[in-house]
Amino acid sequence: TTLQTRTKPNIVDRPVPRGKSEVGLSAFCFLFSSMVQYLQTGVNSISDLEGKLSEAGYGIGVRMLEIVIYRDRSCKREIRVVPMLSLVKETLWKSMFGKAADSLERASDKDSEYMIHDREPLVNTYISVPKDFGNLNCASFVAGIIHGVLDSADFPCHVSAHSNPMGSEARTTYLVKFTEEVMERERRMTG
Amino acid sequence: PAGCYTMFIVNRAGGLVFTRHFSQPESSALKVNDWLRLASTFHSLHTISGRLSPISPAGGGIEVLETDTFRLQCLQTITGVKFVVIAEPRVANLDAFLRQVYVLYSDFVLKNPFYEVDMPIQCELFTARLDDLPVRP
Repeated sequence: TTLQTRTKPNIVDRPVPRGKSEVGLSAFCFLFSSMVQYLQTGVNSISDLEGKLSEAGYGIGVRMLEIVIYRDRSCKREIRVVPMLSLVKETLWKSMFGKAADSLERASDKDSEYMIHDREPLVNTYISVPKDFGNLNCASFVAGIIHGVLDSADFPCHVSAHSNPMGSEARTTYLVKFTEEVMERERRMTG
Repeated sequence: PAGCYTMFIVNRAGGLVFTRHFSQPESSALKVNDWLRLASTFHSLHTISGRLSPISPAGGGIEVLETDTFRLQCLQTITGVKFVVIAEPRVANLDAFLRQVYVLYSDFVLKNPFYEVDMPIQCELFTARLDDLPVRP
């Protein structure tokens, strides 16, 4: 007897999945909690931990950019700063968290700094940071994702997460600082 | 939560990991060490009462303790953690209340990366949600 085996197509030849799959919040939060605990081993300071979280998010950002642009019907490449940040705030956020970020604003004093506001970052849903951890914000992970997305789209920058609670709400702000070369390019395209 | 005096959580080993006083009748004013002792004693009594059962297989330990001045309800989870609430005598549905506290525990304590299991609970979000949790009639 001969065994008939149907060869599965190579993963590269298979069609890209539609992308409407959702993961349970509990499952994700347990995984994220494990990741934070794992990253805590071998770090000596809060900023180190935030740095490691950011690095962990970077790889995700690099991959997210490709799939988000592919799934967005127009497949348009953004070359200006504000439309790119709108893509992050709207499309990327919707695909990751199911809703758009709250707002995008430019820093009043420096035109190379932009801020994305998020009232309740999904990753922080169940996290209560102890007092001796200061102002650690686990949303540094999301800042890393943004950084990965912007770097891959050729907008080199620094992204950091800051918690600025407004009353009882734990608001997080992602500060995006573009490098001089990006601002120079913007000026050339505007002028 | 209306009508509740105190809530405490005991870990698997019998140690007190969480206490929350909602409202206190003026007569009692136990100190922290008193609560520690109380929790360990309750843990022991709970275990003993489970073993005393004449039916086999024996069920769990103490679930309800009713007196003239208060009602105590205990929920023991499958992992050995005990949620105990002490409330006014006429308050009902404390078992449903404790089940919701269990849900809050599994969300805001167990999913917190900064919490070590069986250690004292110091999670702001858990405490805030607990304070707002109503006892449904």
